[in-house]
Amino acid sequence: MFEQILVQTVNGLVNGMVLALVASGLTLIFGIMDVVNFAHGDLVMLGAFTGAVTVAQTGNFWLGLLVASLVIGAFGALLQIATLRPLIGRDPLTTIIATFGVSLVLQKYALWQFGPTAQNIPQPIPGRFELFYLQYPWYRLGAAVMAGAIIGALYLFLKYGKYGIWIRATTQDRIMASAMGIPVPLVHTGVFAIGSAMAAASGVLFAPLAAVTQTMGAEFTLRAFSVVVVGGMGNLGGSILAALFISLLEAYASLVVSPSQAVIVSFVVLILTLLFRPTGLFVPTPIVPTAK
Amino acid sequence: MTTVGSQTHRSFWIVFLAVVAALALAPLALPEFWRKFLTEILIWGLLAMSSDILIGYTGMVSFGHSAFFGLGLYGAAAALLVMRSPNLWIALAVGLAAAALVAVFVAYFATRLRDIYFAISTFVFSQIFYVIIFTWTDVTGGENGLYFTQPPFTIPGIWSGRFSTVSLHWFVLAIVAFSYLALRRITQSPFGMVLQSIRENEPRTRAIGYHVERYKIVAVMLSGLFAGLSGVLYAIQHRFAAPDFVFFTVSGEVVIYNVMGGMGTLVGPVVGAAFFLVLREGLSRFWAEYYLIPLGIAFILMVIFMPQGLLGFLKRRLNQ
Amino acid sequence: MLTLADVHTHYAKSHILHGISLEVQSGEVVGLLGRNGVGKSTTLKSIMGLVRPSQGRITFEGRDITGLPSHKVAHLGIAYVPEDRRIFKLLTVMENLRTGLDRGGITEARRKDLLAKVYESFPVLGERKKQLGGTLSGGEQQMLAIARAMMLEPKIILLDEPTEGLMPRMVSQIRDIIERLHHEGVAILLVEQNVGLTLSATSRCYIMEKGLMRHHASSAALTADPSVIHQYLGV
Repeated sequence: MFEQILVQTVNGLVNGMVLALVASGLTLIFGIMDVVNFAHGDLVMLGAFTGAVTVAQTGNFWLGLLVASLVIGAFGALLQIATLRPLIGRDPLTTIIATFGVSLVLQKYALWQFGPTAQNIPQPIPGRFELFYLQYPWYRLGAAVMAGAIIGALYLFLKYGKYGIWIRATTQDRIMASAMGIPVPLVHTGVFAIGSAMAAASGVLFAPLAAVTQTMGAEFTLRAFSVVVVGGMGNLGGSILAALFISLLEAYASLVVSPSQAVIVSFVVLILTLLFRPTGLFVPTPIVPTAK
Repeated sequence: MTTVGSQTHRSFWIVFLAVVAALALAPLALPEFWRKFLTEILIWGLLAMSSDILIGYTGMVSFGHSAFFGLGLYGAAAALLVMRSPNLWIALAVGLAAAALVAVFVAYFATRLRDIYFAISTFVFSQIFYVIIFTWTDVTGGENGLYFTQPPFTIPGIWSGRFSTVSLHWFVLAIVAFSYLALRRITQSPFGMVLQSIRENEPRTRAIGYHVERYKIVAVMLSGLFAGLSGVLYAIQHRFAAPDFVFFTVSGEVVIYNVMGGMGTLVGPVVGAAFFLVLREGLSRFWAEYYLIPLGIAFILMVIFMPQGLLGFLKRRLNQ
Repeated sequence: MLTLADVHTHYAKSHILHGISLEVQSGEVVGLLGRNGVGKSTTLKSIMGLVRPSQGRITFEGRDITGLPSHKVAHLGIAYVPEDRRIFKLLTVMENLRTGLDRGGITEARRKDLLAKVYESFPVLGERKKQLGGTLSGGEQQMLAIARAMMLEPKIILLDEPTEGLMPRMVSQIRDIIERLHHEGVAILLVEQNVGLTLSATSRCYIMEKGLMRHHASSAALTADPSVIHQYLGV
């Protein structure tokens, strides 16, 4: 029993890291432009498909990861320019509705482009090791490490990169950032591209663990939303902690109920958070107020 | 908003009765498939109207209507399966009760969460509901769904007889028409005005002295009830309940009907539903599932360029 | 250099500016006085592109900048120091400065130069280089806001109530900074409640009332005859 819990802890952490990668992009996008990207999970899905196709063609997983991130990142930029820029200044609920429309189109497009059969990416790191009573795939750990590396890179970029300052300034006070000469519309597009690329990357990382289907996006969107709310909208560190937290709870829950029912955990955590700590569980209160 | 002038009043009734008459007579001239299709359009139209109360009038975007619909659907199904002699009215009552119960739950959250958080919560909630239905196979039949019989139309003591396609259509039409009139009355009443004021400027409405929370609760309850009603009607028509109907895409489609038809008009969403469903029926003959790609793109373009929807656009053109 | 011609601006549904005209020549220090709420800040915001005028024209160095997005206005050489300072609280002092310093076409040498100059004028900022903006005191934040604007090497700085909430000691520091900027040839449009400071730091002043320009005179004239000031500001 104890071993089961330990195994689930590892599972929870692994899933949590991949989810954290997805959620980071989402929370970054929300933090800077108040957009709740309903289509985020579908970007994960498209990334997974793009990666699958690339891997099938070239046999190289890492190339697949790179290509998927770049392609979907660029696509994200185009998407933002075409559908979100015209909506600036409108009710934020309008962007939810618009990104929902995008989500539908992307799902059906994937169906059309990649066909109805589920696709697969073989694990790039083969082999298993002994984890208590299980043969645990090395790749699972590898995926978690990679996700962590990408998030780490993002953090470093935000903190020390030249454009990192632009992004952070725009997130805090987009009006003053603009008054300082920072090209805010460009920063918005850039951040959306980064968020999309990260979503795509997580799709590729996740793919060897499960099948790639057009509807896999909804699961990610659902969980990512919960993570972002629990972690505090716009709070990068918070969403990482929240992702790990929720994934761990789900992993433990699946000892008791079936895995597909375990997702209810994220809902419960979400609701509890919204009721008692609506600014997020992992956000220190009070937060430094941001002017928009 | 509509004036109290008797001219407009009369012309509304003329148009309304004409439309109802047309919808009542139509099935007599249509082949079987289209008869049933027309009834279905009415049912989805009702669902869209119920959603309009929240989205169009109160300004609360909800992605959770699939849950209310599902509660009406499964509630009625449960009643019809359990009863030895299936009764229409009891099924109706059970479905509505189920929807109402959950509506209270959601209403509570509506008062605690603002806009975006509410929208996200309704999305998560509807998906969780789907998971429950999908996995609780003992009770809900899971993936396979539930099959049940269609109850006869009974007025205790007066009448008892089975539905035919056409008489069922009239039954549904009657309910939808009355629902429309009821909702119209409500939205045009002072209550409805307050809802719209909440949509326009919530802090201001609160400052004036209205208990915004109470209004929101009633709005959610109304919305949930009528959504549940549409679920019950669907159950009666199709005699089949499945988790597919509770998947959040149903909620999403409802939002599409609202946006495309015109939010805050009640009629608009019905038109939106009809438009969408007919288009889907037509396009899917050529493009199978891919019809959603051009339709989705059209939807996005409408959100950007025609946010008042088809009806709003027409209204502006005809300058009413 | 900077001209406003009959500018009308609305904010939400209020008509704030009812036809404002003013001009600032290169290198001048001009004051904008008036009671609270007459539209002084809105005037600066209209120039900066933070609000869009509904009517009228704003020209800078011969170029029409009415309704231009803020970041483009900044690139043309207009810097803005807002009323509530609006420093980036979660960025360090250094990073705040970098928001103005990180731009195209600036050499590494020039950057070092500018930084050195700023630390010299504001030694306190040098000491607190790595501190988060939000941890600075009110006066320090004001200095940071001004220093940040200076990083853009602007041709004109729009200063909105820089002495608000500051201790008298700091007020004279602000006075010195304005003088120093003037000395370097930077034009300044100064919005202020502190009449004494304004009259001594500027060469001429405009006086606004309810969204209209009511009076315009040299600061010397206004100092000599305080009745005008009494009339419009009640001080």
